[in-house]
Amino acid sequence: MESILVLTHADETGATLTKASLEAVTAGKELAARLGAALTLGIVARHANDAAAQLSGAGARLLSVQGESYAQARFASDAAACEALWRAAQAALVLAPHSSRFARVMAAVAHRVGGVIDTHVTALGGAVDLEATRWFYRQRIEAALVRTTRPWFLLLDSGTHAPFAGETSQAIVDEIAIAVELPPLRTEVTGLRAPQQSQQTIRPDAKLLFVAGAGWTKKQPDGQVHVEEAGQLILDFLTASGASLGSSKSLVDQGGEGNSVLPFLTHLNQVGQTGSTPRHPKGLATCCHGEEPHVVGWRFIGERRAVSLDPNCGWTRGKADVVYVADAFKVIAKVNELLSQGIR
Amino acid sequence: MENTLHIVVCAGIVPDPLQTLEPTTTPAGPGIKNEMVLPAVLDPWAASALYEAANLATKNPGSKLWLVSLGPKAKLQQVMMTIAQKVAFELVPIDGPIGGFPDAHATAAALAEAIAAIPGLDRNKLLLFGGWESASRGAGVTLQIVGERLGITDQFQGVDRIDLHDDGSFDVLERVEGGKHQVSVCAGAPAVLGWATGNLAEPRNNPQVGMANMRTIMPALQKAKTVALAADGLRYASVNLPKQQRTTRIEKNMTPDEIAAEIVAWIGENS
Repeated sequence: MESILVLTHADETGATLTKASLEAVTAGKELAARLGAALTLGIVARHANDAAAQLSGAGARLLSVQGESYAQARFASDAAACEALWRAAQAALVLAPHSSRFARVMAAVAHRVGGVIDTHVTALGGAVDLEATRWFYRQRIEAALVRTTRPWFLLLDSGTHAPFAGETSQAIVDEIAIAVELPPLRTEVTGLRAPQQSQQTIRPDAKLLFVAGAGWTKKQPDGQVHVEEAGQLILDFLTASGASLGSSKSLVDQGGEGNSVLPFLTHLNQVGQTGSTPRHPKGLATCCHGEEPHVVGWRFIGERRAVSLDPNCGWTRGKADVVYVADAFKVIAKVNELLSQGIR
Repeated sequence: MENTLHIVVCAGIVPDPLQTLEPTTTPAGPGIKNEMVLPAVLDPWAASALYEAANLATKNPGSKLWLVSLGPKAKLQQVMMTIAQKVAFELVPIDGPIGGFPDAHATAAALAEAIAAIPGLDRNKLLLFGGWESASRGAGVTLQIVGERLGITDQFQGVDRIDLHDDGSFDVLERVEGGKHQVSVCAGAPAVLGWATGNLAEPRNNPQVGMANMRTIMPALQKAKTVALAADGLRYASVNLPKQQRTTRIEKNMTPDEIAAEIVAWIGENS
């Protein structure tokens, strides 16, 4: 019989489990029920008491590693904590969120305990053997894979399961705390830094992804570029709609080539082959050609619409649901006007 | 005080992003149809790592830079003809299979073995660079396990910047959720840095650098060790292209006002 360990971690408060962690708990519960496996939940947190309370209704064994050292998302301490949790649980299958914190350490942990790992897992299936589904070649090819080696670590992409929401009660942390011998710590996390921009434009939980393409900075019908106007239209749209801002590589790269750019865009906004692959229910592309290296970053965008002057752009070839052949400056200005009037 | 660094960049080769990819079955498992004849490039994020490494090596005289790459010898040679003109490095080629489907654990073992065998490499000065994920497997696993195999206990992933201090310590910016960077200070080498985009533009081709590089690259390729990557319990149940092809409605005759009204209504719908 397989046994399952779900590894979770707290957010920056140190006391509340991240949403992605709670999603992994749901995945663990579902898998344990399907395989008839014993389930253990492991917590890495500064204050595990509070975090454990969120999982007290999960009907699983709880283990935790806690303390000031785990307030920081740091390789040496996080790897030691996860290794200790695994050694306490000795599970054959290990599920964890594919968060930046756990993605930094989990392959090393799997190696330390003689296991194997697969990351960016989007589904757990299989009628006989457990099959993990993930994407290859930057979301261009989907594969289901099976491993016979145990322990098998699986990092789950966020948004693939509902977050666990059980009844909260105080867990008995003293009985679940694991002691960890930390190696010498040579790294100190000093804080978080947001991109240098007037406002935060990347919003992972937004309902809508708004992508600005290079066309915003190209010459318009009057023969002039209108970068300032473009920037204001985009920022106004983001404010009114609550959308998250993405961009194509070509627009972000213009900044490094000395061309006129939108000042609030950074490489962090870049979506596609060499950028991110965000998850949003809807996506609206503007002034963007919809070339394949960009569109692979839209794999997990539900409904897609595009505004483009090019009636033969990539979006028209089965990559969007609706393509409006129109001037995005005019369309977005009108959209902003309607949104500011509260019209939806 | 100047820091002398030994920087090793791990970089694979991948099909040019503009190529159409079609999965196929090979005797060794899944692969890409005609992969050996598709134009290939250095993995984009690993290329960022290479450019950042070259910049760091230039700023710190006496530093050394190695590029470790695993792939079929012929494809490595093809890609090196381009990359060699960008920055100066010493190539450590490993002749092995191409693609994203071979197991990352076996790949990491081959890379770690090759790095450990580099003559003159001082592990106390080692900064192990690479892309935080590849454009083929996209797992972010290989570099981490290479670091683990080499006994490096400070690792950073999604790196966009490092600032080296006189005492050898460095500040590092790693990408985290929500479009933010985590800022850390590390006591110094050895460390693993899996790069995201970084901050440097792709260097221009420099024929002189290219000629100097090729003098060592060609002999290195001829002597490249051949490795087979064991599947080690890994089996692919299915490998497919995404099925979803949308039926696109193309609106050519709507006015901006009509389009805006439709978009606003669409944004307001519950999906």
